[in-house]
Amino acid sequence: MINIIVFSLVGLGVLFSVIRLLKGPTTADRVVALDTFNVIVIGVIALLAYQFENSLYLDIAIVYAILAFIETIVFARYVEGNHGDC
Amino acid sequence: MEIVSYVFMIIGGVFYLLGGLGILRMPDTFDRIQAGTKATTLGAFALLIGIGIANPDWLLKVFLIIIFIAISNPIGSSALAKAAYKSGALPSNLVQDDLKELFGGEDDDVN
Repeated sequence: MINIIVFSLVGLGVLFSVIRLLKGPTTADRVVALDTFNVIVIGVIALLAYQFENSLYLDIAIVYAILAFIETIVFARYVEGNHGDC
Repeated sequence: MEIVSYVFMIIGGVFYLLGGLGILRMPDTFDRIQAGTKATTLGAFALLIGIGIANPDWLLKVFLIIIFIAISNPIGSSALAKAAYKSGALPSNLVQDDLKELFGGEDDDVN
């Protein structure tokens, strides 16, 4: 029962951020929505670990957090524009 | 003990929902950065602490994820805010722009 409630709340958050990701007016809005989406997906992976009672999912969540951070920095450098070689 | 973990998980889910709602409803880019990163950071902390209380064997990995999010998310959001300002996005009801003197001109290399 608790799983259904928490998964539906988190799923609504994912839905809203994906809507903003699809219709954002500028590229910066899309990147911000993608950053929020990544943090929500880390919570979803941890919830899957709780649901299936398998702690291997938490390792996946750690790796996803590291990749999401690198992705945010790279997209921020891309949005910022080119300063020659960076 | 299960009740405490359920309460933490529901708090985390509600803050995830509020973060998504702020991303969808806020009027300009900087408001979206603020709503998205702060609300989802608190949501991630509460949800992961709830999962760690439900299974005490996982507390080490859960705190590892929490520490990493606490370090990386403010760095990412500040980099995004600087990039959004440099790409030309301005707040909707801007009164005074102090960053224009710092970043103004074409040959800016302020990092």
